[in-house]
Amino acid sequence: MSMKKDDETGEASVKYAEHSLFAGLDRSTALQEARVFNETPISPRKCRATITKILYLIYQSEVLQTKEATETFFSLTKLFQNQDTSLRQAVYLLIKELSTVAEDVIMVTASLSKDLTSRSEISKANAIRALCKITDASMIQGIERFLKQAIVDKNHAISSAALVSSLHLFNNSKDVVRRWANEVQESVNSKTGITQYHALGLLYQIRQHDRMAVIKLVQTLSRGTLRSPFAYCMLVRYSAKIMDEEEGARSMYESLEGWLRHRNEMVVYEAARAICNMRDVTAKELFPAVSALQLMLVSHKPSLRFAAIRTLNKLALTLPAAVAQCNLDMENLITDPNRSIATYAITTLLKTGNEASVDRLMKQITGFMSEISDDFKIIVVDAIRSLCLKFPAKQSVMINFLSNILRDEGGYEFKRSIVEAIFDIIYHIPESKEYALSHLCEFIEDCEFTKLAVRILHLLGLEGPKSATPSKFIRYIYNRIILENATVKAAAVSAMGHFAVECPDLRMRIRVLLTRALDDNDDEVRDRAALFLRVTSSDELCAHFIGLGDTYSWPTLESGLVNYLAHPELQRVPFDITSIPTVSRDQEEAEKQRQKTAKQENIAALPKTAAAAAATPSSNKFASTAGSTGAGASAAADITKGYAAAMEKIPQLVMLGPIFKSTPKPVELTESETEYVVSCVKHVFAGHLVFQFNCRNTINDVLLENVTVAMTVESNDDGMAGGLQLEGTIAAPKLAYDVPGIIYVVYKRLSGVSPVVTFGNTLKFVVKDCDPATGEADDEGYEDEYLIEDLELTTADYIQPVMTLDFKNKWENLGQEHEQVETFELSAVPSVKAAVTQIIEVLGMDACDGTGSVQEKAATHQLLLSGMFVGGVNVLVRCRMAFDASSGVTLEIAARCTDAEMCERIVNSIA
Amino acid sequence: MGRVNGPSLGLYTVKAVVVLDSEGKRLLAKYYAPDYPTAKDQRVFEKALFDKTKKLQSDIVLLDNQVIVYKNSHDVLMYFVGTLDENELILSAALQAFYEALSMLLSGQVEKRAILENADLVFLALDETIDDGIILESDSTQIAARVTKKDSAEGGGVPITEQTIAQALRQAQEQFTRSLLK
Repeated sequence: MSMKKDDETGEASVKYAEHSLFAGLDRSTALQEARVFNETPISPRKCRATITKILYLIYQSEVLQTKEATETFFSLTKLFQNQDTSLRQAVYLLIKELSTVAEDVIMVTASLSKDLTSRSEISKANAIRALCKITDASMIQGIERFLKQAIVDKNHAISSAALVSSLHLFNNSKDVVRRWANEVQESVNSKTGITQYHALGLLYQIRQHDRMAVIKLVQTLSRGTLRSPFAYCMLVRYSAKIMDEEEGARSMYESLEGWLRHRNEMVVYEAARAICNMRDVTAKELFPAVSALQLMLVSHKPSLRFAAIRTLNKLALTLPAAVAQCNLDMENLITDPNRSIATYAITTLLKTGNEASVDRLMKQITGFMSEISDDFKIIVVDAIRSLCLKFPAKQSVMINFLSNILRDEGGYEFKRSIVEAIFDIIYHIPESKEYALSHLCEFIEDCEFTKLAVRILHLLGLEGPKSATPSKFIRYIYNRIILENATVKAAAVSAMGHFAVECPDLRMRIRVLLTRALDDNDDEVRDRAALFLRVTSSDELCAHFIGLGDTYSWPTLESGLVNYLAHPELQRVPFDITSIPTVSRDQEEAEKQRQKTAKQENIAALPKTAAAAAATPSSNKFASTAGSTGAGASAAADITKGYAAAMEKIPQLVMLGPIFKSTPKPVELTESETEYVVSCVKHVFAGHLVFQFNCRNTINDVLLENVTVAMTVESNDDGMAGGLQLEGTIAAPKLAYDVPGIIYVVYKRLSGVSPVVTFGNTLKFVVKDCDPATGEADDEGYEDEYLIEDLELTTADYIQPVMTLDFKNKWENLGQEHEQVETFELSAVPSVKAAVTQIIEVLGMDACDGTGSVQEKAATHQLLLSGMFVGGVNVLVRCRMAFDASSGVTLEIAARCTDAEMCERIVNSIA
Repeated sequence: MGRVNGPSLGLYTVKAVVVLDSEGKRLLAKYYAPDYPTAKDQRVFEKALFDKTKKLQSDIVLLDNQVIVYKNSHDVLMYFVGTLDENELILSAALQAFYEALSMLLSGQVEKRAILENADLVFLALDETIDDGIILESDSTQIAARVTKKDSAEGGGVPITEQTIAQALRQAQEQFTRSLLK
């Protein structure tokens, strides 16, 4: 405690008591007190104290009623009679805070406008900010002249206030603010750094759609007239954006590299980060950026170390080799007092580490694990899992580590992540199986989580019988039957049953144990025991049981059953199990792996929040969630799920059953700047087609009602269009300004035809004029039409990407019986890479065995694709490509499936 | 792999500012983005934030997919929240500016009691630092200079005869600092 404070103790304690009245303060007392605003003469000191109390409540998230806020707001305006600056500033702050709750705030414009000409810098800057906060689009023009002047005011506080306020206004009044471009341009050259930053930010907003203007802006400013490091950070971002749109050109790289030597570390970091995020960045380009980040790793400032390691961590996901130069520095960070930094360091090292350093690293991590929270532990476990898959030779070290931490204290999520990791290692590295299984056996001896015990028992049942000494697992499993709760017991019985079925020499002994389970007091346990006793009673039954390779597609079955139960009208007939597609066990396993990888990638890519969109209120919140084509199967499945959820609310659509396939990206049927913006998603059902038209009305004084789409067949090459019968249209009842609406058009596919058709589409609706401010529409309207672009239904729309792990075997098994082979010259395609992207898009199938990724300049490539045609026919495609500068890409495409006609269609869809 | 999201191209940098005391109780919070719409959501977030940061002095933390820089001063914790893609050094510069401005306004005692006693100065300082999520000023002396004191030059404050000696001293000191800052 300082001396000065001691002196004041007596007085301060009195004051403290006085100020602890914040503690007992509530809304009604504070608002009562606000009567002081009406007293004459005005006491600035008292009023400011009262304002502070109300502000305190607002910052405690106390919600004021509209009426209360409005009353307070208007009594505040009386205080404008007093010229005291200290009171005035407080008044402005409260006006701003109340402006979002109170009504008719626009009424005080006149009082505020007076201060626009005030000589006091504080009053003027505050008046500008408060005024812009309460004003609306219609009033801006009245204050436009003041604002333009203020933007170029010599006083930078005023200039900044005007620029920042203009930025807020820009969201709603783009056109007006655009007119101030000259003034804004002038203040970019302001002498004060922060004002340059604000001016640059606003100028970019104004110019952002004019590519050439942005390039010119960035190039001019790159030469170094700016003072503010913030402004340089924005320049870096703009430069990165420009390059990103250039598809691989490097026009701005030199500037970025130059900024790596900026004297402010904020700019250095921004530039390094931008380089790391460049598309197809090369090792040479990365080197200076990584070196700059490496220097930050040893900084004494935690935020700098954090920033650097976070960026390196992300880079290590794609280019671990480029980060390896920092390994030594990162090892020092494992003991960093900031746990986030330490965790990033470890997970990065786990990615960049080489085989030789694994042992040392694991030792360091062991010491570290006991100090961190479960969240961090899960991240570490995931990283170890990937490391183990990368260096299979090290599996015993890893399994040891994982089973050690499995015995440590920890919550369910943590334990689950370890078990998942061990499962994965078993799946991918067969040598680890025996050892890992015995560790898992020990774990279930003392496992408090029923779910985990059940999963482990299930795995033991599957993998145990195939091991060299199956008998050693029996004791562990039988212990579960004696000691555990009913769920675990049932799982243990099943696991044991599998041993009995698959290991004939153990069969008689296990039957004895199963017979004991027949006396269990739980139904499920007895049932399962009885089932397996029956199965193991004869060799034929056992053989049949092992042969059961197929299973139903669980997610589809689940949603099918839920739907069936929810709709009594469906229950007149028994549930049709044949409508559920079956999948082989391999497929199911492949799908599980796929989901897992997708999840990993999500974690790795650190999910983006919608925050960026949230911060700029005007930005389009209707953003589509398009997936990249590379992760075909995963993206498609997740997207379908989203659409299905939306359609479940519409009874007519629910009757169609589960969706087979939805187009991954909506097809744009209009330009994005037109009056009505329409895009379409095609959904294929077992017996139907549904076209989902997403519409948005961009005119603020028009309301559309009863919006439908009329579709006509424009062209049809295969002559199957006759098989499509329009079943109905679900109109969007109304389409208000900027509120998205959806129209569905449903076609029946008679006898399951899958034609390739081009549709012509017209939007039909009733137009009503409306008041843009209130949204109230006239009663009278008139019918109108709006022509939108044609929509193509392609073969790919009927094919679902299916992940296949074992392409070669499946390919051989299908044989050449129905094979179709064709050769094409794709002269217009510039590279093999482009060809691969296009083929995947045209066929809508999933690339197998990692053949979807190609080197930029590859001369030859083999692409393996797998998919399922609607109706459940599996299709495999092999594409061999060669590139020659003179003739373009030569493609030999071969398709195999059980149906010759299907093969032909697929091959021909390339043409 | 494109820069689908990347760092924001706008100037909206700070999503929220939170000041908590040593027990995690809120002294002041201002949310500029709609991530935590209700008071309840905000308390849950603040509790998680406090639990995560009370033990470790480490300046920066990730929570709810946000980057949060913070600063511990005596018995208060100050947080600036940004998006995951935000440059943490920008956030940290803004926080530093706000902290230093407070330090000037509160005579170096950035602590709970001083903040509550001078809540008006703290609120105004925040308003002069961040305007609806945009960093308005990053120079702490400028921020402090733009915050008017309780008793401005134009009078209306406590008459000099009514002041206690301590108050008079403080006022003198304030004026002295102000003249130094100019």
